[in-house]
Amino acid sequence: MENTPVISVRNLTCGYGGTVIVDDVTFDIRHGEVFIILGSSGCGKSTLLKNMIGLVEPMAGQVYYGDEELTTATNEARQMIIRKFGVMYQMGALFGSMSVLQNVMLPLEEFTDLPPEAIELIAKSKLAMVDMENAAFKMPAALSGGMKKRAAIARAMALDPGILYLDEPGAGLDPISSAALDELILDLSKNLGITFVIVTHELESIYKIADRVIMLDKEIKSIVAEGDPRVLRDTSDNPSVRRFFLRQPDMDAHGHESDRQQAAQG
Amino acid sequence: MGTNINRSRNDAQIAISSRADGLVMALSGRLDAAGTAAVWDQAVQGASQTPFARLTADCGGVTYMDGAGVALLLKIKELCVEHKADMVLDNLREEDRGLVALTWDNVLPKLQAAERERRGLAESLEVCGGEIWRNIREMVAFVGESISLLAQVVIHPRRVRWKDVILACINVGVESMFIIVLIGFLMGLIMSFQSAISLQRFGGEIFVPNMLGLVMFREMGPLVTSILLAARSGSAFAAEIGTMKINEELDALTTMGLSPMRFLVVPKLLATMFMVPLMTMFFNLASLVGGALVMLSMGYPLVTFTSRVFSYVGMTDFWGGMFKGLVFSFLVAGVGCLRGMQTRSGASAVGLSTTSAVVSGIILIAFADGIFAVAFYYLNL
Repeated sequence: MENTPVISVRNLTCGYGGTVIVDDVTFDIRHGEVFIILGSSGCGKSTLLKNMIGLVEPMAGQVYYGDEELTTATNEARQMIIRKFGVMYQMGALFGSMSVLQNVMLPLEEFTDLPPEAIELIAKSKLAMVDMENAAFKMPAALSGGMKKRAAIARAMALDPGILYLDEPGAGLDPISSAALDELILDLSKNLGITFVIVTHELESIYKIADRVIMLDKEIKSIVAEGDPRVLRDTSDNPSVRRFFLRQPDMDAHGHESDRQQAAQG
Repeated sequence: MGTNINRSRNDAQIAISSRADGLVMALSGRLDAAGTAAVWDQAVQGASQTPFARLTADCGGVTYMDGAGVALLLKIKELCVEHKADMVLDNLREEDRGLVALTWDNVLPKLQAAERERRGLAESLEVCGGEIWRNIREMVAFVGESISLLAQVVIHPRRVRWKDVILACINVGVESMFIIVLIGFLMGLIMSFQSAISLQRFGGEIFVPNMLGLVMFREMGPLVTSILLAARSGSAFAAEIGTMKINEELDALTTMGLSPMRFLVVPKLLATMFMVPLMTMFFNLASLVGGALVMLSMGYPLVTFTSRVFSYVGMTDFWGGMFKGLVFSFLVAGVGCLRGMQTRSGASAVGLSTTSAVVSGIILIAFADGIFAVAFYYLNL
């Protein structure tokens, strides 16, 4: 079970309006692992994510969930595939007109025939899992950034999906909330066996939670490195990968150093 | 640098003198924003008049310098480059040296007039036509999907989120009651009054109720109600859905397996289509009250007014108006929701969608009204 791929991305090319952003990538995500998609800003991490969850049609290639293919699935098959994963968006994307509890109850109301009290209880227990049971009756506008994200994770888990996608969970959070979110991810992954697919570029989180990463590169529009982040940091011979993990700025790319040299010569 | 932020004194000065090896520009005082502003023109003039081979900027007297001062030095440097002269910075304070060095050797970008893409006529036509075609396609797809979803409402009424429908009804109908009644009353009053004055000259003011009833029930009632709807609710729909799109809430719905059309658009469409005929009736009634007031003030008894209205306005006029209202409300609410769904990213995009929702709504009403006028004429209604 441990090594079977739950998501297989095959030759996926994605972009917007004729511009290719990620070109021909292939990778597998295995059952129960915390898989991180990383890369510098603008390298197409979120675009890849949007293609994997079916929000944007890929320009080419396939995304398999088990044996089923998302991009060509018929409406009904697609609904079944979508039910396998939950998504937490960058800013939480909670519905502003509903309380936190109603947000978590919504998928249960729509897709199950459970009696209302059971739905409420399930939703409350999901909120308790992310330590948000005390904010159940608050409106999203009254929550802090970290709480919004935790509530969004609870909503994504409402139907007990096997896979959770998290888009930049640490972005815009203070170090303590960010660390708490990391703990939560590890906890859920260990205790519930949920497979996590996370888009991020927060190094500390990556070292702490990742089982495996792929790193995208803006220049070559594809994967430059794949594997354990700690190993990549210590052994990769690709300069852009090393720079990323060692947090070294790319002086040449900014045209800073070279200009200065030219000016000195001139 | 940050220790001496005292903006009260403005003692920046500049003295330009000639020397054997070129120009000397002696800067002194506080070169902050205020000080730099005071000496800027003088410095630029000094460095651009007579030709010189070398310019020495003597910063010995400078007591404080920030970004503005650096900009002044950069400007002088730029002028020197233009004159093909050397520039030397002299007596720069140690603490300013670091600040100047940060940008001194950088090549600063020049503002270039945005290069306008040149397109041939055929290409422009293609781009323009493509845009229109896409817009039409999106609208047709939207109308088709809305109608099929509304048909599903009839087949599976339990799948509709009735709570949302009721909330939207309150928002669209109940809360707009005041403005509907007010505008209806005023329009009835003004139209009756104006036409009564004209008709009085021929002794024909007795026909005002006939005219008012017919015009209001057939034409103005549904038309004005729908225009008010576009301004009040169409824009609100576009803004609400547009904001949800920007917050990724529409994406969240989609990945939950819920269709934004069914979830957001159908309740709004249903609510508007329930409410607008009712609103039209209130509008018509209020306009009759306005008309009655005018007739009463001209000395006619109320019964004359009512009997003339009701003998002249038939059921076809009434139902025709209601049907028009129904169609207009579908158009206005639909285009409001569509524009919301089409919102691109950024906060200004919501504003654009809202504007576009109102404008498109009113244009669609005008078109539809024209079609109704022709159709009713040929159907002898």
